[in-house]
Amino acid sequence: MESKKYLEDISQIKDMMNRSSRFISLSGLSGILAGIYAITGAILTYMFLLPKGDYVVLHSWNFRMIIGVLIAVAVLSLVTAYLLTSKKARKNNEKVWDETSKRLLINFLIPLVTGGVYILIKLNSQHYGLTGSLMLIFYGLALVNASKYTIGNVKYLGYAEIILGLICAALPGYGFWFWILGFGVLHIIYGSLIYFKEEKA
Amino acid sequence: MGLIDNINKLFDHRIRLGIMSILMVNQEVDFNRLKELLNVTDGNLASHTKTLEKAEYIKIEKSFIGKKPNTRYTATPLGKLSFKKHIEALENLIKNQ
Repeated sequence: MESKKYLEDISQIKDMMNRSSRFISLSGLSGILAGIYAITGAILTYMFLLPKGDYVVLHSWNFRMIIGVLIAVAVLSLVTAYLLTSKKARKNNEKVWDETSKRLLINFLIPLVTGGVYILIKLNSQHYGLTGSLMLIFYGLALVNASKYTIGNVKYLGYAEIILGLICAALPGYGFWFWILGFGVLHIIYGSLIYFKEEKA
Repeated sequence: MGLIDNINKLFDHRIRLGIMSILMVNQEVDFNRLKELLNVTDGNLASHTKTLEKAEYIKIEKSFIGKKPNTRYTATPLGKLSFKKHIEALENLIKNQ
């Protein structure tokens, strides 16, 4: 009798911790899909937009198309994450938009927007050599920063992105491949880990 | 036995347990948010937060946003430590059954 009460206490603690920092239920499937979008975008870019053996010239048609692909990948990933997460929230009878998710989003966006603006400024002064590395690093920082408002292990994905970004900075010329690794492969791995954990739960 | 000794009587209540759980993972939570998460009435919540404040497990900060009063809660280091001990005690009790 007593032991049943203690078990209930433990599950109440878990439930409250989870629900009050709710965005841990960012669905694993959305991570997998984000990775697939990134790889698809990269393949399209590689096949059609990267001039063979040549550099991409700033403000050229190719350059604008690459930026377009990047934005499309980002928007698609965000929309997918939002839709799948709200579906999951509805299933669990929870709200998507509350204090926690607002705080999470703000803390995610601060490093991300900083990085985005920084990259744009650099691009404008013809410094695009480190774009891939900077994207990975700032995205990683955004994840680590946002992870303070979740119990999940998004921060490990963040660390991995940062490390990858730093390695990428040390190996100029491979930005494209590191980008695929960071935004494509890592998302798919991380998303699958979460997905299978969800399935088990 | 000694096992039961570490069970904190203050946390031996669903609502207080819930308040502490929420404050363990959130830096700061306001009254309405607690109410919504715990699904309790104003009076009920207020009396339990007062109990926890008296034990110095949580800190209550009152302020105004415009004309609306706003009350925010944070867990104190003492509160966090006590709560961790309580969880460990619960786990030990279950393990030893």
